[in-house]
Amino acid sequence: MTETVNGVAFIILAFACIGGAVGMLTTRHVVHAAFWLLEVMVAVGGLYLLLSAEFLAVVQILVYAGAVSVLLLFVIMLTLRSREDAVRPVEISIGGGVLAAVFGVVMYVAIAQYGDHVAQMPAVVPDTAALGELLFSRWALPFEVASLVLLTALVGAVWWSREDDRP
Amino acid sequence: MMQVGPSAFLALAAVLFTLGLYGAVARKSAVMVLMSLELMAVAVNLNLVALSRFITPSEMTGQFFAIFTMVVSAAEIGLGLALVLAIYRQTRTIELSSIDELKG
Repeated sequence: MTETVNGVAFIILAFACIGGAVGMLTTRHVVHAAFWLLEVMVAVGGLYLLLSAEFLAVVQILVYAGAVSVLLLFVIMLTLRSREDAVRPVEISIGGGVLAAVFGVVMYVAIAQYGDHVAQMPAVVPDTAALGELLFSRWALPFEVASLVLLTALVGAVWWSREDDRP
Repeated sequence: MMQVGPSAFLALAAVLFTLGLYGAVARKSAVMVLMSLELMAVAVNLNLVALSRFITPSEMTGQFFAIFTMVVSAAEIGLGLALVLAIYRQTRTIELSSIDELKG
């Protein structure tokens, strides 16, 4: 027996993702762009739920929708000198469009050629407890290294963003 | 019931990554570029989780990769925003076109 992903839910979430990303790229207001990104992050969390990755869905909401969005909004507010600075001129880059179009066509060809070679969705679904056991047994060393990376990034961020009082 | 295979997830992730790529190149504000980078990281994570569900559902390899990608991208956005703040403090602007001191 093979499981399936709910097609209606997938289409709704995919529409939310792509719509949010397009909104983020087309809006002229920086704060609106941050909220569009937040919407994309929440929709991707829903897609993780569809893929029965519940732990990742919760982490996605906590880290991206919670921490990263607040951080982005903080920096946007801190780097605006006036209210009018938030509204930016329309930025269109032909080079970027060509680059993205070439990349998209390559990806389309690759997926059309190899995407369906992947097997049907297996019915085995380990729960979050199994994920935790694997994380602290087989993936214990990468886990510790990841915590060191986060600690270093934290110290570095504080070091860079402090007031410059050196002589 | 409609069937959704792995290629649907791969296609969605490719669209998100393409949009993020365009944003990272086209936008002129450093914060907007960082947001586009986050969009690309999320697209990669979506790929990893989808392929993990379809290929290695019991080992969950892709899910662990996605966790570590999240760690790295969280560190990246924290450091990137700290850099943006430091640059803003020095030059009073975060326009990428005006940060050209090192240009030869």
